[in-house]
Amino acid sequence: MRVFNSVYGCAGVLGLVLAVGVAASAQDAPDVGPKPPVAVKPMESHIGNLTGHAADAKSNYRRYCAGCHGDYGDANGENAVWLDPKPRDFTIASFKCRSTPTGTLPTDEDLYNTIGRGVTNSNMPIWNALSPHQRADLVAYIKIFSPRWEKEKAGEPIKVPAEPPVTIDGIAHGKALFTKLECWKCHGPHGEGDGPSAATLTDSKDQPIRPYNFALGKDDSRFKCGGTNQDIYKIFMTGVDGTPMPSFADVIQPNDAWDLVHFLRTLQVNRHGKENEVLSAAHGVIPPYVDKNPPPPAAPADSKPPGGGQ
Amino acid sequence: MRMWAQSHLCQKPQRLNSVLAAAFALAFLILGASQSASALPAFARKYGLRCSACHESWPMLNYFGQKFKDNGYQLMNDRDAPIWQNNGYWPVTFRFTPFWSRESVNRVATDQSPTGQQKITNTGFSHGGLDILSGGTLEKNISFLFVPSSDELGSFHFESANVRFDNLLNSPWLNVKVGKFELDSFISEKRSLTLSASGAGYQLFHFIPVGDGNIFGQLGDNQLGVEWMGHSYNDRTRLSITAFNSVDGSPDRPYGQNSYSWFLAGSQAFNTGKLGVQRIGGYAMLGQAPTMYYTSGEAPILGTGVGNKDFYRVGFEGLFYLGSKLDFQVFTQHGSDSAWFGQGYGDILGGANNNPPGSGTELPPGSRRPTWNGAFVETHVVWNPQLTIFQRSEWIRMSQQSTPGTPSNLGNIDNYLIGYRYNPFMTSRAGFAFHNEFSWFRQRGVAPDGVSDLSTNSLMAGFDFAF
Repeated sequence: MRVFNSVYGCAGVLGLVLAVGVAASAQDAPDVGPKPPVAVKPMESHIGNLTGHAADAKSNYRRYCAGCHGDYGDANGENAVWLDPKPRDFTIASFKCRSTPTGTLPTDEDLYNTIGRGVTNSNMPIWNALSPHQRADLVAYIKIFSPRWEKEKAGEPIKVPAEPPVTIDGIAHGKALFTKLECWKCHGPHGEGDGPSAATLTDSKDQPIRPYNFALGKDDSRFKCGGTNQDIYKIFMTGVDGTPMPSFADVIQPNDAWDLVHFLRTLQVNRHGKENEVLSAAHGVIPPYVDKNPPPPAAPADSKPPGGGQ
Repeated sequence: MRMWAQSHLCQKPQRLNSVLAAAFALAFLILGASQSASALPAFARKYGLRCSACHESWPMLNYFGQKFKDNGYQLMNDRDAPIWQNNGYWPVTFRFTPFWSRESVNRVATDQSPTGQQKITNTGFSHGGLDILSGGTLEKNISFLFVPSSDELGSFHFESANVRFDNLLNSPWLNVKVGKFELDSFISEKRSLTLSASGAGYQLFHFIPVGDGNIFGQLGDNQLGVEWMGHSYNDRTRLSITAFNSVDGSPDRPYGQNSYSWFLAGSQAFNTGKLGVQRIGGYAMLGQAPTMYYTSGEAPILGTGVGNKDFYRVGFEGLFYLGSKLDFQVFTQHGSDSAWFGQGYGDILGGANNNPPGSGTELPPGSRRPTWNGAFVETHVVWNPQLTIFQRSEWIRMSQQSTPGTPSNLGNIDNYLIGYRYNPFMTSRAGFAFHNEFSWFRQRGVAPDGVSDLSTNSLMAGFDFAF
């Protein structure tokens, strides 16, 4: 009996050890079906004093990210088909939220902030429960998917000038720009995301995409790339790459952009903020914009330079 | 499936033989008693995240999962309200655990043994019953959890049934939960990785000294009450206060309805660079429970408990990471019951001593508060998101027996286990794990002869799946 029990015990322990061995040999096994392993390039990220290493994020990428962004960063995770909007495709290294000019690579800090902030109006969660090092490592990891990170440097972050005071004239100017720049065609005349072009919009992967509905915003409202006025300013000046939202950096001046920011805040009618306070003080009416510094009048067509006679 | 702690084996020496026999016969019933909070693929389907996003190894939560839970099963984005879900979405998960096991008890009272007790070992297949878990949001910031749970024979009870109002006044510090729920220890027995008969539950969550009649101080049993819980935006700071009836979670209040207990918990997490995020905290369970019952024909009348006496459990808990592959859970406890409980008064349903009001019964001379200290350390080696190897070592030591002259080590517990859990695949649709575990348990002086130690061991291998 004792021998029999010993055999039992040994068999049990052996089974445990063997099974652990077999299971361990499957480390980093592909999730579903055979796939070649992803080669982890020695990419790094630098956010303040943090240095992220791609090699340290391999497990966490599989744990947190691969279900949507895919094992190869190609936005083909098993859950991607169900998502709207689709997850970022890291193989093309085009990112929505940047402090850098349109078309350029974002800074490491841009990506780090996106991970910690999440992306509203999408399935991208707020990953601030991860430690700063984990997030920095993940920033380094997503660089392994595109050769752009080896060939290009991140763009130079744009400068965000100090925000001017909110005035009713500035709001009126912002409204005029909203009309002139045809923001309303997508976002709608009242910022409700129902402009005449809204239904036709697609992203860079030809997926339908909806313009932002400002009117839904309350005090806790968030934009894709941050909730502060500075964040909205950056959206104007850098655009949202991969979507129809262009950069207006070549079209408007910094003060124009601030006026536009202040006007857009008034479209968030349920939000308590200084912009709506200024609007309330003006009895809720945005006056017609009057350009106090109009460009000099064009010269008459029939004028001739002085002294230009024959 | 209600957790059944080993310490129950030994709380009534005079009934030990029958209890042991029943325990042995029911080995399969208690084996694999799954922890009915567990993992919910329904959440994964709702948000499109893999189980591994919220679970270090399901059902154990990681920091992201803990934050999700503390936000009322919300990611705090615009996809939380159920209006975002496909009409066909069904917030329901089933958990089932078929397994094979080998169970052994070193001393069982038998008529066939010349000494009156012998070692008994058996093996066989069984399953752990069925948990049906439904949880999610009724509306933004109103969440619920509803868990009908059965044993192997299909006998259901409500393990959890609660509704929570989250982020009141737009503050993460104002969350209120009402109903039946798990107490807010961030080391959760309901989400423990262990499944074997001798190691499924945390002994400290259910410990009752030998001969003690206080069943009301079990941290591991879901309780009926109301909880305030608050946390910082990133969940690094957590606080909670729970008030609940001292009825050990029984909704029909068989013990009475005028006894309340409190559970207070707080913890703080902090970043330690590459090591990871560490969390330390403390808890206190302060309660009163009845020791006397009115009688009719000398039989106690259920629901008439009076004569409240006090008890408490206090301790520290910590979750420490050494990099991304190794972590330790540490849990300590100092516990004490009123001498009345120590002398067997309290649990009238369990056959405790009865002391009708006005009977003038007095405690035996020299009766003291039973008091103990305990701790466990659970280690997880997260080899990769699919494979976790774990061990737990747990010790409970009596520091004062209720009855003078009782051996000082009577009821002391040692419990050790080791195992691993392997997920063959990772998706956002279902959880599936191969589970293999060996556990060993010993309690001093509670064998049928009343002198020897009782030890059990359990080897189990099975499939744990939730879908």
